[in-house]
Amino acid sequence: MNRISTLFKSTQEPILNVYATAGYPNFGDTMLVLNALQEGGVDIIEIGMPYSDPIADGETIQQSNQVSLDQGMSVTHLFDQLKNMRQSISVPVLLMGYVNPVLQFGVERFCQKCQEVGVDGLILPDLPLAEYQQSYQTIFEQYGLLNIFLITPQTSDERIKQIDSISEGFIYMVSSASTTGAKTGISSDQEAYFKRIDGMKLKNPRLVGFGISDRESFLKASNGASGAIIGSAFVKLLGNAKNLREEIVEFVKSIKGLK
Amino acid sequence: MIDAGISFHVSEKGYYGDFGGAFIPEMLYPNVEELRLHYLEYMMEPSFQKEFHFLLKDFVGRPTPLFKAERLSAKYNTQIYLKREDLCHTGAHKVNNTIGQILMAKRLGKYKIVAETGAGQHGVATATVCALMGMECIIYMGAIDIERQAPNVARMKMLGASVVAAQSGSKTLKDATNEAMRHWINHPVDTHYIIGSVVGPHPYPDMVAKFQSIISEEIKWQLQEKEGRDYPDYILACVGGGSNAAGAFYHYLDEPRTALIAAEAAGQGVSSGHSAATTFLGKPGVLHGSKSLLMQTEDGQVIEPYSISAGLDYPGIGPLHAHLSTSGRAKFFDITDDEALEAALECSMLEGIIPALETAHALAVFGKLGAKPNEISVVNLSGRGDKDLATYQEKLKLNP
Ligand SMILES: Cc1ncc(COP(=O)(O)O)c(C=O)c1O
Repeated sequence: MNRISTLFKSTQEPILNVYATAGYPNFGDTMLVLNALQEGGVDIIEIGMPYSDPIADGETIQQSNQVSLDQGMSVTHLFDQLKNMRQSISVPVLLMGYVNPVLQFGVERFCQKCQEVGVDGLILPDLPLAEYQQSYQTIFEQYGLLNIFLITPQTSDERIKQIDSISEGFIYMVSSASTTGAKTGISSDQEAYFKRIDGMKLKNPRLVGFGISDRESFLKASNGASGAIIGSAFVKLLGNAKNLREEIVEFVKSIKGLK
Repeated sequence: MIDAGISFHVSEKGYYGDFGGAFIPEMLYPNVEELRLHYLEYMMEPSFQKEFHFLLKDFVGRPTPLFKAERLSAKYNTQIYLKREDLCHTGAHKVNNTIGQILMAKRLGKYKIVAETGAGQHGVATATVCALMGMECIIYMGAIDIERQAPNVARMKMLGASVVAAQSGSKTLKDATNEAMRHWINHPVDTHYIIGSVVGPHPYPDMVAKFQSIISEEIKWQLQEKEGRDYPDYILACVGGGSNAAGAFYHYLDEPRTALIAAEAAGQGVSSGHSAATTFLGKPGVLHGSKSLLMQTEDGQVIEPYSISAGLDYPGIGPLHAHLSTSGRAKFFDITDDEALEAALECSMLEGIIPALETAHALAVFGKLGAKPNEISVVNLSGRGDKDLATYQEKLKLNP
């Protein structure tokens, strides 16, 4: 079974997924960041493949993408950096990015590389359900990659059920209508939304993303879901860190409530 | 000339050949899907058609004239007509689309509008219809374009719009489009996004083309009146995203006797590294919600384009035009900054019409087209040059 599915089956605690832009803050930091995240106790790592035009992302992630690209990051370099990832990383790893760099790399070649280095799944926000089913699903499945779909407060029940039926692993529940990093904190309206979705008795667990930045918002989000995803707050930390490894370990522990 | 098996109209799934689709984040899905399900039905409603045509006539000033350019015709020894979209209210064809889309927004129950703009013509046209309908209007514009198209920024503000500078990337049209899409993601319930060209996710390219198709609808009866036939031998238009070209080509897409000619901005030259000539430099890729030709690196990062003309300074083109180009139905010419400037000056001196810099790219094609003496060409004169006077002053050395 895929590492992601195994994790959700074996864990009762809230699951923490952290997003980190590849090649950031410095080109060569990718593996250091991954190892520190795991050392701190993260449950899932989401590696952002930088893109010149990330329309679903707010300023923090946009800027980290640009810095990373300016430092020479590319899909090819990323796979190179992740070549020996599975010698040290045992938690599930997702690649998050936009569809165009994947198309240029070649969809099948991209999936093959993912499998080679030990990537478990993909999050491609501008690859919608219909296109996925028509042109991508067969290849993704052939290489054992889970495709993680997003739902938002505006997604209809009918579409949520449709997404649930073809999803595996988990569903990415966007906490509010926004780009990443636009809002922080979880309101009571949002909690009600998480509960409503919980009440739909979907076959897939959900992780809440967007607006999660600290232990408080992490716990609130985890109340109506299996856990949560932190992106912009962590990327900010990466951008400001003086002692990268220690600050990452510290951050993850504080979110997870570990000593 | 036209392969009978090829369709130039959008498919059920939103494709023109291999190009099109709707590559959008889930956050935009409900809005785009609602539009997809209803746009044709709403557009066809008699009440919609009545209001649309009333506004095009009494507010925009349509039909725009089809003017025989005698001195340009003499110069190039062929028959040249100008379709005078520069005489539309607000000074360019862009308003045909914004009138249509504001009526669409009303039917969708939206009461706020967001749009991107390059040259500022689409921004002005959007701000204009928002003022007309009493809707809130936010326009994203690249920081560089705000500088080079200052008169249009002032016009938008005077019309009550908020103009927000896009500071990311190349600070031009591509980045303004990113910001407008992000704004829509953050305001999905009350806001409609009025895209300014035949780009974006399906059904935008088809909807915008249909609103702009009034241009070729008029050319047909105007040419019939003047020449006794309703088709020209050539139709010429500049292509940024491709909306004025789509409108001018629309009713001739399946007319084998009419050659479709598109002018792209080559900037300092196609191989100079400072260009926006997408069909020459692009490969298939996904940007702003559709698959089309796209200027990009080997790694799939979008290349920042360059053109002296803000309205053509875009690294992609609409999916219809990608299909017209790869299928050979339209012929694309690469026109440099200098060629466009020269054509703008020529049209001004010979015809008494100062064209927009974008439009000047289409006029510059006559130097390369090789049209015969008795052949008829229609150039879509997409806009007037007032907004470009600062550039003309500097580049054509018009200062005292
Ligand atoms: C006068 C004029 N022509 C052409 C264009 C290019 O747009 P499109 O290719 O969509 O017609 C613009 C865009 O700003 C414009 O202002």
